[in-house]
Order: sequence, then C-alpha cells, then structure tokens
Amino acid sequence: MLPKLFFGYFAAMITILSLLVVTRKNLVHGIMWMLLLFVHIGGLYLFLNAEFVAAIQIIVYAGAILVLFLFVVLLLNVKEEFKGRRFISSWQGRGFAAAALLLGIMLALQYAVIAPQGKYSIEYIQSETHTKVLGTVLFNEYVFPFMILALVLFVPMIAAVVLAVKRRKA
Amino acid sequence: MDFVITLAIIVIKIAVVFGAVLFHVAYATYFERKIIGRMQARYGPMEVGPHGLLQPFADMIKLFFKEDIAPASADRPLFYIAPAIVVISAMTALSVLPFFDRFVIADIDIGLLFLLVITSLSVYGIVIAGWASNSKYSFLGGLRSAAQLISYEIAMGLSLVGVMLMAGSLNLSDIVRAQHQHPLGMFAFPQFLGFFVFVVAAFAETNRAPFDLPEAESELVAGYFTEYSGFRFAFFFLGEYVAMLTMSAVAALCFLGGWTIPMFMTNAMPFLSYVPGIIWFLVKVYAFMFFYYWIRATLPRYRYDQLMAIGWKVLMPLAFVNVLITAFAKRWL
Amino acid sequence: MNPVPLTWYLMLSAVVFIIGVFGFLIRRNIIMMFMSIELMLNGVNISLLALSHYMQDMRGQVLVFFVIACAGAGVAVGLALMIAAFRNKPTPHMDEMDILKG
Repeated sequence: MLPKLFFGYFAAMITILSLLVVTRKNLVHGIMWMLLLFVHIGGLYLFLNAEFVAAIQIIVYAGAILVLFLFVVLLLNVKEEFKGRRFISSWQGRGFAAAALLLGIMLALQYAVIAPQGKYSIEYIQSETHTKVLGTVLFNEYVFPFMILALVLFVPMIAAVVLAVKRRKA
Repeated sequence: MDFVITLAIIVIKIAVVFGAVLFHVAYATYFERKIIGRMQARYGPMEVGPHGLLQPFADMIKLFFKEDIAPASADRPLFYIAPAIVVISAMTALSVLPFFDRFVIADIDIGLLFLLVITSLSVYGIVIAGWASNSKYSFLGGLRSAAQLISYEIAMGLSLVGVMLMAGSLNLSDIVRAQHQHPLGMFAFPQFLGFFVFVVAAFAETNRAPFDLPEAESELVAGYFTEYSGFRFAFFFLGEYVAMLTMSAVAALCFLGGWTIPMFMTNAMPFLSYVPGIIWFLVKVYAFMFFYYWIRATLPRYRYDQLMAIGWKVLMPLAFVNVLITAFAKRWL
Repeated sequence: MNPVPLTWYLMLSAVVFIIGVFGFLIRRNIIMMFMSIELMLNGVNISLLALSHYMQDMRGQVLVFFVIACAGAGVAVGLALMIAAFRNKPTPHMDEMDILKG
C-alpha cells in the first residue's frame, strides 16, 4: 500500500508539474516548475533503486542544463513573450493529436510482456551498492560507447564556443 | 513499534544537529567580526554583554523585528521563495555529514554525490533572488553568481574525485574510515593538489572573499540580496554561514580525516586516542572556518575575468591532473 | 519487493512524453520548445529505468546515463545557436525567424 501511495504522489506531481511547465507564460516561472519536476523525477528514480542515476539526474539536469536555460533567459531578457500570445492559434488540434498519440501508446502498453530477467537482482545491487554495479557494467561492457560519449561531449563544447563568441570585425 | 523508535531517533538527531548548527552559525558571525577586528588592530563588537558575547542575539532580534519589504515591481512568489531555497539547500546538506563515528542523520551510499547535488541546487536561490528583485544591482549579482557557482562546481566535483578514487566509496563515513587505514592518516597529504583545488573552489562556492563578487559591496551594493530586508535577509545570511560550515565539514571529512586522527599520532602519543572523535572533528572545522576569516582579512577581491580565468584555466586542469595521477597511482602503486 | 506494477511506470512515462510533445507543438517560444524536448527525454528515461528495474538488467540504466549526457551536449549547442540567432534577430518567437523565406 505504502509504495503505491508514494508512486501516486510522485506520478500526480510529475504530471501536474509537467503540465505547468509547458503552459507557463513567464519563462522563469516555467524553469522553476521544471526544477521541481526534476527533483520529483529524481525521487521516483530513488524509488526504482537507482540512487546514482537519481543524483546524476539532479546534478546534470537541475544543476547544469536548467541553469543554462535560466542563464540564457536572463541574458537575452525575453520580454516579448509577455505581450504575445501564449499558444499558437490552432492549439486544440495539436492537443487532440497529442492525446491520440497518448491513447495509442496506452493501448500498446496493454500488450507489454516482461522479457526474461537479468542477473542484476535488487538484492545484488543493494549489497554491492548501485554506484559500483553501474560503474562495473559501464566500464566493462560499454567502454566503447563511453568513449564515443566523451567525443559527443567534446564536440558541442567547441561548437558552443565557436557559435557564442562574438566575431570581431577586422 | 520499531518504526516509531527509528523515527524518534531520527527526529532527535535532526533536532540536535539543527540546534548545534544554528548556535555555531550565530557565533561564527561573532568570531568573524572579532577575528577580523583583531587582525585589523581594533576590538570588534564589545558593547552587548562581556566582550560583546551577546552580539549575535542582538543582531538576530534586530533582523527579525525589521520590516519585511518587497519592491513594488518584484516578482512576489519568486521573491519570497528565493531565500527559502538558499536555506533549505544549505540545511539539507547537513543531513549526510557524519559528525563522529555512527552519528549521521542519513548514512547513504552516495553521500558525497548528494552534497554535490545540494550545492548545485543552491544556485537557484541566488539567481532567482537576483532576478525577482527587479533591480540592476541584484540582477548583476545574480548573473555573476550563477556563472561563478556553475564554473567552480566543476572544479570542486573533480577535486573530490581523487578522494572518491582513494577511498573507493562515496559514503562519507567510509571515506573517513579509509583515511584512518591510510598510512598518512589524512587524504590532504597524498591529495594535496585536490585539497588545494577544493579549498579555492569552496571559497568561490560559498561566495566568500576573495571571490565574493556576487555580493561585492563597493560595486553592486550587496549583490543579489540588495532588495531584501528583515528576516529574509537573515535567511541569506544563515544560508551562507551554514554553507561555510558545510564546506568546512566536507574539507574535514574528505581531506583531514574527519573524527579520526592519523595512526602515527596516536602511536606516538597514546593519550590522544581517549579524546572523543567529535572534538577532533570540531577542531578541524573551526580551523577551516578560521582560515576563511583569515583569507577575508588578508586578500583583496579578484576581478571578474580573473575569477573566471582561475576557475577554468587553473583549477580545472589542476583537478584533472590530480584525477589522472590518483588513478595511475591507484592502479600501479 | 515492489508492488507497483510496471505498467504504471510506463503509463507515467508516456504521459510525461506526451506532455512534452504537446508543449513542443503548441508553444512557439524557442526556449519553451527546448524545454519540451527535455521533458520528452525525461519521460523516456523514466520508462528506461522502470524497465531496467523490473527486468533486473543494468542496460537501461547505462542507456539513461548516455541519454542524460547527450541531453547536456544538445542543450549546450542549442543554447549557443540561440544566442547566435538572437544577435541577428532578437525575438524568441520561432514564427518570426522567417528571413530564409522568399
């Protein structure tokens, strides 16, 4: 009963908060709701015994990505949004399209079957600590993707610098 | 029934830690003024109580009875929430700190990572305070602070990676025990590069001199909390000092051996092992706090570009070098 | 161990994803569209982690790790692009960025 109650709280909060995020007119308010949303999603991850991923979720999403968003909103000082319309004019149609997609996914979920279970049982993860297990898997089975990830992170760094630096006129 | 007892123990622990930290924060301000006063050849607070010992209470009473003003053009909800974010994030960090052996509110496996999580959240309080005040000084202070905090967070996280590698754990209690097992007794010796980076980054993360640009009095009036008054201002103050205490505690736990002292010291002087662990922990924390005050009284403020250059061009490469050296040493030594 | 059925997690994930899609479709503010994309990624992450937990397999969590890293990279480039675009046309509204149209 208690796990279901917790899940219900998190699910309700996540749904409400994501709706709040996409409908706010003021971008800073949207970002603050999103911060709360990410914290709740992190809480849900803790509930799935993924404590390391929960920490990474908050460090990266809330601590880096959202701060970047906030920074850009503050730097660019987006004031026009307050005057203009919030949504595009035909938002109802798009809403129906999204709802239809949701219905499709929900129907498809009825046919979900769980695949054979792997060897990383909850007891094993709890005895070894989640960080250790994830690290072992990551650096033994997924070394090559991990290295590619380093490149994936390195190229945008150069791109961001090149794009954002003001060109001096000669 | 067990559940109730566990809950009661946790609540009592929280109350004890909360009370002790509030008391320490109150007197941290007093000692800051006293020590800096002495360093500048003056007395510091002397009026309230003998040697000004009751000064913190006088300050507190004054702050709580002041009028709570919000600017007319401020964004009210965010303006009111911002100080709460600062205080809550600072206070939450206390929950994973082991003050002495087996005394910790939440002994979680990702303790060190949790501290980084909480530090990354405290940025919001400051940025939102700066933005919601709708004033130029606050806004500039908030922006500066956001850039500064996210830059130095990276250096701080990387400097702690060396500690994680040496201890092989993210649990703060395990890190302290690993240091006790280590022949040198403290990670500050083998991790001197990491310790240096951590200390500098800790000064920047807590917005303290010489990196107190977000609240530079002479250029920004007071930075992000210019428009705050009364107890909301006190909240920012509280948040800053709790963050200082937390940083000192993290330095003591991760680099200075926490509640333990090196084995070679207890071997040389056996009577030292009778001193309770909390004393050693507090001595280390106080020493680090004193260092904070000492630096503030000694060094002038950096320029903003210098601050960024130090963070990205000095501390980050140093921290990377430290991680590499530690990893190689761990693998082949 | 965990009496919450897997389907609940997958449904929550679908709802978050769809709200992201909805936000992307109805908003024309570029930063808001970006945030909707992040929302979609988070929805996917929830389902990956739930599947990983119920299948007792670490692959889902490794994938979440990669998704988070790629999201960070994407946002860095996207926001840099946004700043570059703002220099030429200072509007957050996507429909007003129409100089390429003849």
